[in-house]
Amino acid sequence: MDNIAIKAVNLTKRFDDFVAVDAITFDVKQGEIFGFVGANGAGKTTAMRILCGLSTPTSGEAMVAGFDVYKQAEEIKKNIGYMSQKFSLYEDLTVMENITFYAGIYGLKDKEIKDRGAELLERLGITAEAKTFVGSLPLGWKQKLAFSVAVIHRPKIVFLDEPTGGVDPVTRRQFWDLIYEASDRGITVFVTTHYMDEAEYCGRVSVMVDGRIDAFDTPANLKKKFGVDSMNKVFYELARGAKRKAD
Amino acid sequence: MPILNLSKKMSAITLDNITKTYNKGTVLAVDKATFEVAEGETFGLIGPDGAGKTSIFRVLTTLLLAEGGNATVAGFDVVKDYEKIRNCIGYMPGRFSLYQDLTVEENLNFFATIFNTTVKENYELIRDIYVQIEPFKDRRAGKLSGGMKQKLALCCALIHKPVVLFLDEPTTGVDAVSRVEFWDMLKRLKHQGISILVSTPYMDEAALCDRIALIEGGKILSIASPAETVKKYPGKLFAVKAANMHLLLQDLRSYEGTHSCFTFGDAMHLSFKQNADAGVSKLTNYLTAKGHKQIEITEIPAGIEDYFIRITEKANG
Repeated sequence: MDNIAIKAVNLTKRFDDFVAVDAITFDVKQGEIFGFVGANGAGKTTAMRILCGLSTPTSGEAMVAGFDVYKQAEEIKKNIGYMSQKFSLYEDLTVMENITFYAGIYGLKDKEIKDRGAELLERLGITAEAKTFVGSLPLGWKQKLAFSVAVIHRPKIVFLDEPTGGVDPVTRRQFWDLIYEASDRGITVFVTTHYMDEAEYCGRVSVMVDGRIDAFDTPANLKKKFGVDSMNKVFYELARGAKRKAD
Repeated sequence: MPILNLSKKMSAITLDNITKTYNKGTVLAVDKATFEVAEGETFGLIGPDGAGKTSIFRVLTTLLLAEGGNATVAGFDVVKDYEKIRNCIGYMPGRFSLYQDLTVEENLNFFATIFNTTVKENYELIRDIYVQIEPFKDRRAGKLSGGMKQKLALCCALIHKPVVLFLDEPTTGVDAVSRVEFWDMLKRLKHQGISILVSTPYMDEAALCDRIALIEGGKILSIASPAETVKKYPGKLFAVKAANMHLLLQDLRSYEGTHSCFTFGDAMHLSFKQNADAGVSKLTNYLTAKGHKQIEITEIPAGIEDYFIRITEKANG
């Protein structure tokens, strides 16, 4: 099973009486772009925290990059990258300082940091901004930089938690170009988003409702199954029946 | 029935060359913005983060002074009559701004009290929305989900029966179902005669406004109804599909006849440099030669997002 990046079987997380994640089962192939969508409060964040080795499940099984979420959380952390819209880069450090800091945390050697840092800046076309404070960069640049930093240690899997909120339509699409590039290099991409047109760009999509995965397939098959012409409608059909709105 | 007398056609909001800069004039946030919102109208400000939407909101809600231009809200000047404006508008800022450690009910009572009214007096206006969060009225606002916070914030902005409602990105970070519900609520408020200025980065929501202004880099680029806006798209637009979509994008971008090409859900939206009719068969040949399978090229009507991309690429040079 070398080509499976993530596998979850009946993965469950309870907080007292509340079942945040309710026996979810799915798998993600190596190099796949996997869309993890669901309404606010459906349990996406909780599930993602387990898969990133930040939270222990109550029951069920999950393997991430070949490691067990119960026993090998530290190994998982070393083999994944993570980026979210809410927290990513330090605004009061420069571009290069952020790169050096994160690459250092991921255990890269000084020489690697220097080489990969320069390569990263060049790929994004921001070599001239190496000494600019991240806080003064446009949001779209920050997102692209945060993504590139999250994969600087060439992880097997990168988790993206609503990476593209708020930017203009062109920048949002440029960000997906980066995602495709990473996927072409064999990095598995696990992404959550509220933009349903972005769900169409994923190889497969799972839709969470009230802690469960209620649908899991390619966008084309999901649309066929629900007899609709967009992922937005698929999502609406599934999520409007959600009971858990108050989390 | 509208509460206000529409025959007078008074403007709810007017902006005349409003300019706002930051950092001692070095950052131009709003560049001579001019538009008008009619009474009872739902008017959308559509643009990405940093476009200047929030600065416009803050000038109109009298929280910021503009460097240049004039603006009125409900007939009052934003500089001279700021106190009158504050009494008759509702404002829901982009960042959740209620008291996190007060309960749902306490927040609502607090906002009613500072506007010299009671929840009971204007309950009719918020009832549809409030019943959805009433089961949680004893919960602290900070412990609510995103969708619930948004509903409470809207209730608090409405509790003094404002004439004009300002909603700055009310649906950012909110899931697709809650977004639909939120816009249904706005529709009902519109029927009560409340004028609404709403901003959003979601282009699909723009279609739900009476009129929209597209804004980028502090400049208003277009003002029209959603239907008129998409009619302004120059030339023809095509949806292109093939079996391998990622390769398709690369090949379409390097094709000499392509003016622009962007991913849109499950298709690429493509416009040709010229002569679209001859372009389709030529493009089909090109893609076939590149080895693409299941090629589909269909002419489609442009959407607001297509038009926004088109005019901002022009603005960017």
